Amino acid sequence: MLRFFAIRFARALLTIALVVTFAFIVLRLSGDPALMIMGPEAPPEVIEAFRKAWGLDHPIWVQYLDYFKAIGQGELGRSMRDGRPAIQLVIERIPATLALTIPAFLVKVLLGIPAGIYAALHRGSAIDRAVMITAVAGFTVPSFVLALLLVLIFAVQLGWLPSGGQDSWRHAILPIVTLGFGGAAVLARFTRSAMLEILGQPYIRTASAKGVPWRRVITDHALPNAAIPTVTILGFMVGSLIAGAVVVESVFSWPGVGRLLVVAVANRDLAVVQCILLLVAMTMVTSNLIVDFLYGLLDPRLRSKEAAA
Amino acid sequence: MTTPLVEVQAISRTYRMRSGLFGRPISVRAVDNLSFSIQKGETLGIVGESGSGKSTTGRMVLGLEPPDQGSVHFDGAPIAAPGTAAWRAQRARMQMIFQDPLGALDRRLAAAAQIREPLDIHNIGTKAERDARVHELLRSVDLNDSHGARYPGALSGGQRQRIVLARALATKPDFLVCDEPVSALDVSIQAQVVNLLIDLQARLGLTMLFISHDLRVIRQISSKVAVMYLGRIVEFGDADDLFARPQHPYTQALVSASPAPGRRSSNRIVLTGDPPNPAARPSGCAFHPRCRHATARCAVEVPQLTALDPQRQVACHLVAGASSQAQDAA
Amino acid sequence: MAPLVRISGLKVAFDGTPVLHGIDLDIGKGEAVGLVGESGSGKSVTWLAALGLLPAKAKVAGSVQLDGRELLGAPGAVLDQVRGRRIAMIFQDPASALNPVLTIRRQLCESLALHRALHGEAARIEALRLLDLVGIPDAARRLSAYPHEFSGGQVQRIMIAMALAGQPDLLIADEPTTALDATIQAQILDLLSAVRREFNMAMVLISHDLGVVAENCDRVCVMYAGRIVERAPATRLFDDPWHPYAQGLIRALPPLDGARRRLQAIPGTVPDPRTLPSGCAFAPRCHHAGDDCHAGVPPLAPSEQDRAVACLRPQRLPVELAAE
Repeated sequence: MLRFFAIRFARALLTIALVVTFAFIVLRLSGDPALMIMGPEAPPEVIEAFRKAWGLDHPIWVQYLDYFKAIGQGELGRSMRDGRPAIQLVIERIPATLALTIPAFLVKVLLGIPAGIYAALHRGSAIDRAVMITAVAGFTVPSFVLALLLVLIFAVQLGWLPSGGQDSWRHAILPIVTLGFGGAAVLARFTRSAMLEILGQPYIRTASAKGVPWRRVITDHALPNAAIPTVTILGFMVGSLIAGAVVVESVFSWPGVGRLLVVAVANRDLAVVQCILLLVAMTMVTSNLIVDFLYGLLDPRLRSKEAAA
Repeated sequence: MTTPLVEVQAISRTYRMRSGLFGRPISVRAVDNLSFSIQKGETLGIVGESGSGKSTTGRMVLGLEPPDQGSVHFDGAPIAAPGTAAWRAQRARMQMIFQDPLGALDRRLAAAAQIREPLDIHNIGTKAERDARVHELLRSVDLNDSHGARYPGALSGGQRQRIVLARALATKPDFLVCDEPVSALDVSIQAQVVNLLIDLQARLGLTMLFISHDLRVIRQISSKVAVMYLGRIVEFGDADDLFARPQHPYTQALVSASPAPGRRSSNRIVLTGDPPNPAARPSGCAFHPRCRHATARCAVEVPQLTALDPQRQVACHLVAGASSQAQDAA
Repeated sequence: MAPLVRISGLKVAFDGTPVLHGIDLDIGKGEAVGLVGESGSGKSVTWLAALGLLPAKAKVAGSVQLDGRELLGAPGAVLDQVRGRRIAMIFQDPASALNPVLTIRRQLCESLALHRALHGEAARIEALRLLDLVGIPDAARRLSAYPHEFSGGQVQRIMIAMALAGQPDLLIADEPTTALDATIQAQILDLLSAVRREFNMAMVLISHDLGVVAENCDRVCVMYAGRIVERAPATRLFDDPWHPYAQGLIRALPPLDGARRRLQAIPGTVPDPRTLPSGCAFAPRCHHAGDDCHAGVPPLAPSEQDRAVACLRPQRLPVELAAE
């Protein structure tokens, strides 16, 4: 058991390191931070001074090693824009993001999973087709298109809801709907496939042949098996709670982590970007670890392999 | 005595597996010290249940897997190591057909193209000659060009197996290994394919290794039969004689278990217990936990294949012991 | 005596293609009936339809009566009472026939709770008794195990235990031993016979294997392309099959002892249900077919000795079987 987690933990760390490395390289390749922040008209000495102050004059691999050393010490750098610690900037924004993503997650689960189950149980019916068409629309339409559409209809035409900002609870409605709808669409489709596959399994027929009423066949036999693949995708959705709202936050001018990321990338504010990426990588990896653990709980076939050790 | 076409000497094959996700590695001995030979034009049938190692044996004889110990000789020469040029050249002389014809065929290629493929790979003949050969092969398996033009999905199970057979015969091999080729087919189609195999063997002088769990089919097609249990041969002999007068308790149980129309189940030998797990091999004779006649010696000492008479070999303490006593007494 | 189950004129169609063309079959109390046929014969569909286990899009017509009560079209609650309690069914492919995420105990006790109103400790004791009955060793410990921890033969035994939990009058065994090794097959068939005798339970044994059916059944029905083409006592059928298809099946079976003979294969293949020939479905493959055979479907005509055959030219000659 220890070995099991040790391996997974090591892999998780490696993943995080790779993610941060990737961000590190790409950001530096795409433009000179000093120029971006100080502006192209700034005199060369100012730019040089800036570079020196932020260690940007060192060779790349030195910057890289310095960075990892700093992370190890818990020192995640300062924003190049306003000098505050990057981690502080990020943490300030988390509540705003969660205020969107958590309700959106609930929308996804409460809308998507029942829709998918219903569609599977009534396969081929008009409702199944309606659900599936809506689902395809939901996940093919890019979120910003959906967001803009909703803004156009509800904010501009009907004037019911505000189009941006964070001033009241009403400002949260459109962003939550945008986020939730796309995810619900994915979940619905996924749950439907998982259910259909399970409903075709021989043990469902065995249960029916035993005289178990159909409703109980679904709840006692089908759903527990459908939980296993569904947990994977839910884990992914949980993992993106922190930074999965980048586009939506930008469209709705919602001051969350996603919006901060967009601004920081535009400004080559390296520390902030790296900090956010680190955070996202950690949440994803943790949620994957939890999903792995849940598999063991939900699927006895995996469990007894572990017990055989 | 002419050199046998296929000679297998003391081959063994062990797989290393983990018991469970992070258990200790264990060794599973799939095939244990197997020896036999097949004369040219002969068919050897290998019969056994799951875990007997018969499929692994088939792969080793063909050279698809190297044995951990022992050797396999084909036409006097050892089988080359897999992946080498010499090994690829040997492929043209030995072929294999499997149980699932749909799985053995590429769904996206027409049947005729798949029959041609070995000719293309081994560079046999000109293009025109290859097309002619495909036509000839289709005829030889009782199909015609219209079948060749179809995709595997549009053919029935029996037709697919014939295509697989035609493809296997494309390079005019001397040796054919058949691993459960008719098990997935309906009874009436089985009979067609079995008849076809027997006819082709007679016409082309093929040597065959036929692996199956179905006693009747094995008996129909084989000249000699080897019964395998947990990686070892427990009985070996002439096909008709072996099934008419089985000597080893396991063979007797197998024959008795085969349902026969017209016979009621009164005197059937029913074995207790499950087929053994190769990962948990019993000590001594692997069959002793399920054997009605097992003695103390059977739990300790592994019986060797001994000849009862020139035509029959049995690996059983009781049978071999009795016969040697009879010989002493005579 | 009225039969336990009477099937009359049972027809089933999938997507407009008929796969069963009117099955008439009686099962008497305590009787063992074998249903033999190759793929596409409809032998499984017959009983899936009778128990209402086919998907909703299947069109089922005709009549299936249990003790005089009509099952086709009965409301779900009625069928739930019949399934498992009066008529139980076990299937092939033990590998996936049991729910992988539930313990054996839960799956067994589910039946016991549904049909015998047993719960808690009483259910556990009965579950143990059933597992002992079917020969699962160390039952007390194995109760809390999961299906994947058992071998194929053991899973099939557990299925039989689950089927017996409701104390049914009729057990339908759909290819119960096809996926199992020969020696295990013998064990399971033995168990089924023992269980049948002990509880005086009727059994329908569905198989493509003539030998299995011959040895374990009183009566045998041979099916082809969605119809019953011959019906006879088991002992008679294999010595003296009348329908050319039944004869062909027997001749196609390689003999295990006696003289080796060339197998007489039935030419051609089973017809696609969408393109059935008019007239007798077997006529295109039959050596004895005449013009009248292509004109209309021969009815299943009862004859003497408790036999019936759907053929205009039944071949009532002894077939050479290998000496048994």
